[in-house]
Amino acid sequence: MDLVLPDFGLLFWTGLVFVILLFLLTKFAWKPILGMVNAREEKISEALAQAERTKEEMKALQAQNENLLKEARAERDAMIKDAKETASSMVEEAKSKAKEEAEKLLVSARETINAEKAAAITELKTQVAAISLEIAEKVVRGELSSDDKQTALAQKLAEDINLN
Amino acid sequence: MTISAKFNALILTVLTVLVAGFTYANHHEAGHEMTEEHHEVDATHGEAKEFKVDEMIMHHIKDAHEWHLWGGEHDGTSIYLPIIILDEGLKMFSSKHFYHGETKTAVDHATHEELHYIAGVGPAEGYAMFHEKIYKLENGELAFEDGHAHGERVTDFSITKNVAALFLSALVVMLLMFSTAKYYKKNGAVAPRGLAKFTEPIILFVRDDIAKANIDEHKYKKYVPYLLTIFFFIWISNLLGLIPILGSNLTGNISVTLFLAVCTLLVTVFSGNKAYWGHIFWMPGVPVPMKIFMMPIELIGVLTKPFALMIRLFANITAGHIIILALISIIFINKNIAWGALSVPMALFISVLELLVAFLQAYLFAMLSALFIGAAVEEHHH
Repeated sequence: MDLVLPDFGLLFWTGLVFVILLFLLTKFAWKPILGMVNAREEKISEALAQAERTKEEMKALQAQNENLLKEARAERDAMIKDAKETASSMVEEAKSKAKEEAEKLLVSARETINAEKAAAITELKTQVAAISLEIAEKVVRGELSSDDKQTALAQKLAEDINLN
Repeated sequence: MTISAKFNALILTVLTVLVAGFTYANHHEAGHEMTEEHHEVDATHGEAKEFKVDEMIMHHIKDAHEWHLWGGEHDGTSIYLPIIILDEGLKMFSSKHFYHGETKTAVDHATHEELHYIAGVGPAEGYAMFHEKIYKLENGELAFEDGHAHGERVTDFSITKNVAALFLSALVVMLLMFSTAKYYKKNGAVAPRGLAKFTEPIILFVRDDIAKANIDEHKYKKYVPYLLTIFFFIWISNLLGLIPILGSNLTGNISVTLFLAVCTLLVTVFSGNKAYWGHIFWMPGVPVPMKIFMMPIELIGVLTKPFALMIRLFANITAGHIIILALISIIFINKNIAWGALSVPMALFISVLELLVAFLQAYLFAMLSALFIGAAVEEHHH
């Protein structure tokens, strides 16, 4: 029966020891330990928040970079387009100029040719006229070597004139 | 991870084997001592008395004024603890003066049975000890009736075995926690290493899963030191109690559990808010006759909760000690060492189970304390 009956002495010592234990542990163990654990927890959560913030910043920076890159790309594209346009217009211009030049050349060549042709014809005509004269002189000389012949010619010429 | 787990398991096994072995050795001696004692006593009757398992077990789970280490009662080794009694002033002397005192025989007034008690010698002169209780001798004698001593009890503040075990538990807990605190003081708010790596998760477990889980989030902080102290004190005491020779049935003593339960009761009562007392004395939402009817029931409920705490811890720890002692006793009842093949594995199994119970009971005590406190400080919204 005395197993379940409390003993005053032990009760007294338990109380004394437990109260002292509670006091000492609270002052020298629980408060410092829990304080440090709390400080560490705060540190960790702060570090996590910081990481989150950094991540956000990184994201913003990345977006900014992306934008910059996009702009640069657009600019480059515009420049290339511009250059292409310029090049093609230059080529076009050059082409048209060349064409013009060629045409001009052709025209002038044609003119020259015509002029040459005309000159050649004139010269030919002169030559033909000279030759004709010579031939005519020789013929005339032959024709006019005798009186008969002179008369016949005169007659013929007179006929021709009439016919005209 | 598996290696360390295996290593831990190995250590645990070795420890438990040692525990069982020591318990065996201890009780072998105890049994021997018992039989010898009874043999001596019963020599007058001319027959040897049987090994009394109930007496042996009761002797081991109860408090004592000596710390018996090994050997028989007269030739064995004991630490004689100081006796402090309050009887016309404070008297202090070694319990040796009782254990090496004069064995006296008295006849029970009612049953006419012969009973034996010890009369102190030297500074213990004039006092008698019967079943570890100290009485004042009247005319050099102690009277008995129905197996109970009828002498005047003296107020006994002795450093008994349990008180010594209490000091040891408190010392171990302090050593453990002060070392942990020192680590944090030295290293600041860093990840735990060494001892702190072991203690911190348990401290956080008590803070988060016992205190925070049961008490209002804004109020739990105040109660964490109390819950931590109660948890570690009970747990370490339970574990120390399992060690043979060094151990004592401290948390299996009703005085200790009574004090702890009273602490929880006081904390609950002094923390109780208006809503808590309102629910006890004037239950809202029920008719008036019912309110009157509920009042005494609720009032008893305030007391039964810590009462259950007291009984639960006491009964669980005492039961564990009784089972181990009883299993080892199988050998002595049958007076054959071969029974050890049965009793030692069973005692080993129970010892391992007791390691779990040691933690479980500490957890339950702290958990239920937190639950009661939580109910007392809870804000009710209707």
